[in-house]
Amino acid sequence: MSVLVLLDLKNGQLKKSSMELATLGRNISEKTGLPLTGAFFSETGPEANIFSGTGITKITRIIGLDSLKSPDFLLLHALNEFIQKNGVKIVLFSFDNLGKSLAPGLAAKMDAAFASGISQVEEISGNTWVVKKNIFSGKAFARYELQGEKIVISLIPNSIEPITVNSTAELSEFQPSPKVCGFQIKEIKKLSEGNMVPLPEAERVVSGGRGLKGPENWYLVEELAKELNATTACSRPVADMHWRPHHEHVGQTGITIRPNLYIAIGISGAIQHLAGVNGSKTIVVINNDKEAPFFKSADYGVVGDAFTVVPKFIDAIRKWKAQHQ
Amino acid sequence: MLYLHSFEIMKILVPISNVPDTTSKISFTDNDTRFNGQGITWIVNPYDEWYALVRALELKESGKADKVTIIHVGLSDSEPTIRKGLALGADDAVRINAESSDSLYVAYQIADYAKNNSYELILTGKESIQYNGSAVGSMIAALLDYPFLSQASFLDLNGTTLTLHVETEGGIKVVEGQAPAVVSCAKGMAEQRIPNMRGIMAARTKPLQTLDPKPFRQNVKVRNFGLNPGRSECKLFTEDQLDKLVEALHKEAKVI
Ligand SMILES: Cc1cc2nc3c(=O)[nH]c(=O)nc-3n(C[C@H](O)[C@H](O)[C@H](O)COP(=O)(O)OP(=O)(O)OC[C@H]3O[C@@H](n4cnc5c(N)ncnc54)[C@H](O)[C@@H]3O)c2cc1C
Ligand SMILES: Nc1ncnc2c1ncn2[C@@H]1O[C@H](COP(=O)(O)O)[C@@H](O)[C@H]1O
Repeated sequence: MSVLVLLDLKNGQLKKSSMELATLGRNISEKTGLPLTGAFFSETGPEANIFSGTGITKITRIIGLDSLKSPDFLLLHALNEFIQKNGVKIVLFSFDNLGKSLAPGLAAKMDAAFASGISQVEEISGNTWVVKKNIFSGKAFARYELQGEKIVISLIPNSIEPITVNSTAELSEFQPSPKVCGFQIKEIKKLSEGNMVPLPEAERVVSGGRGLKGPENWYLVEELAKELNATTACSRPVADMHWRPHHEHVGQTGITIRPNLYIAIGISGAIQHLAGVNGSKTIVVINNDKEAPFFKSADYGVVGDAFTVVPKFIDAIRKWKAQHQ
Repeated sequence: MLYLHSFEIMKILVPISNVPDTTSKISFTDNDTRFNGQGITWIVNPYDEWYALVRALELKESGKADKVTIIHVGLSDSEPTIRKGLALGADDAVRINAESSDSLYVAYQIADYAKNNSYELILTGKESIQYNGSAVGSMIAALLDYPFLSQASFLDLNGTTLTLHVETEGGIKVVEGQAPAVVSCAKGMAEQRIPNMRGIMAARTKPLQTLDPKPFRQNVKVRNFGLNPGRSECKLFTEDQLDKLVEALHKEAKVI
């Protein structure tokens, strides 16, 4: 019997969201008295030392598969087989693309109680867990009671502070039995340009709306983003008018993001836009209309013309950086 | 070599959830254990309607699928929402008469219906906009042992061959394979449609079957709901105080 954390790698490194999960896992392991273990998919590598500091000492590489390049159907099958063979009772996922695809299915296969996208495990007493999760795009929350010996949850990224401890990991391997899958991945197309962090994981996002007047003015958004090491986004009409690519569109019908910092430039703050960005920790709004609804949902605001405010903002950041380096 | 078409019927099942309109004011009753539905306009969950259902209808209209059925797990008060789906053009609908806060319970009912009525292509929305679970589709697939294609932005069908684009970190995967499958549908899949008068009239007489749920355990219960506090007062800066804004982002908000 154990607690299992599904770890994920990117460019051979452990993702920040995996460190967040490990932090939650240690807490759950303490409360349940069950040992903490980890697993990840990888065809080759990495060395055990990238798992140092997670507090997880026993980690299994599920071989022959890759979290990005293998069909999810095969990943699910392999993970389920591993769990059955090792008597895993509790599985923790991150609520990202992989977690959204695999966690509910695994819960169904294990017949476990399941909650997705939680922000906190509030209580564990015997087989009853209480978890908290945001609902209605962050306008409200729900506390769910999960009942059962087996529990699967997925944690929303950026909701707990990842803490490293002093630990080293021992790696073992698991070879899943073969399974036929009717689907093949033909190609993986990269959408985000350059080295920008993909939107769902970005910690800082700079976003532009119709107030920027046209695609030729996006240098403002891009320069500010570059200065803050942020990813760029946009409102829906901006994507609809092809000023920006569709994968940058955030909101109810686009991508939902929860960065630490969201800067909205020339965006009015319509409810459908807010639905996708409300979970951001800090929101800064730059708009020349002081009545723009977005100011009601922001932490900081600048009432002014984006064409003068943004360059000054960039200067202020550069000045600040120079002083703090 | 010439392949003979197997003349199997391609039927598409579209699970829809019934959700409050996005602009609804949210409140709770019964000691904060139930959503307060008073004065709320209920709609078909946007992802289910615009993406899953409309794409299913397009496939049918282009002769690539034969039948589109809506399925909903919920009580009778969601029938107007089901009729909205029928008005867009679905052939028929099924309502499993049960209410549940456990996604696995909901998925079990849908999977059971799909199996007994041989639906081999199931199109869900990527998530329901009220409880934001992104769970039911993946569960239906696991229960049926069908592949799950998560967050697809494109779907085409050729006989029983599916071509899809699915969202992945910072990109898309082009995926190809054979039905059966469960696909969760996201932006890009299709464009929103407005039902016309003929559709609305026809929907009144389309078959809407009510079935009792199959027994299945429920392990997830709501303890309580609550409203998140809104943001505190927005602090305003003029364009000559941007140094102060940067300072606040560093010292107060601790985001830079
Ligand atoms: C069902 C549905 C779903 C939707 N889904 C989404 C969604 O997912 N995402 C989304 O974004 N929208 C969505 N929308 C659209 C949404 O309702 C708004 O229409 C949209 O968000 C407005 O985009 P905007 O703020 O860029 O443009 P506008 O509403 O035109 O606002 C432009 C803003 O820029 C400001 N401005 C103008 N000039 C300047 C300047 N020089 N300097 C600074 N500020 C300036 C203006 O004061 C204004 O506030 C949806 C709508 C519907 C009906
Ligand atoms: N009660 C329900 N009845 C039918 N389909 C549902 C129901 N709840 C969710 N779904 C489907 O499952 C998808 C994902 O929902 P969820 O897991 O609740 O985010 C939705 O977009 C619907 O297609």
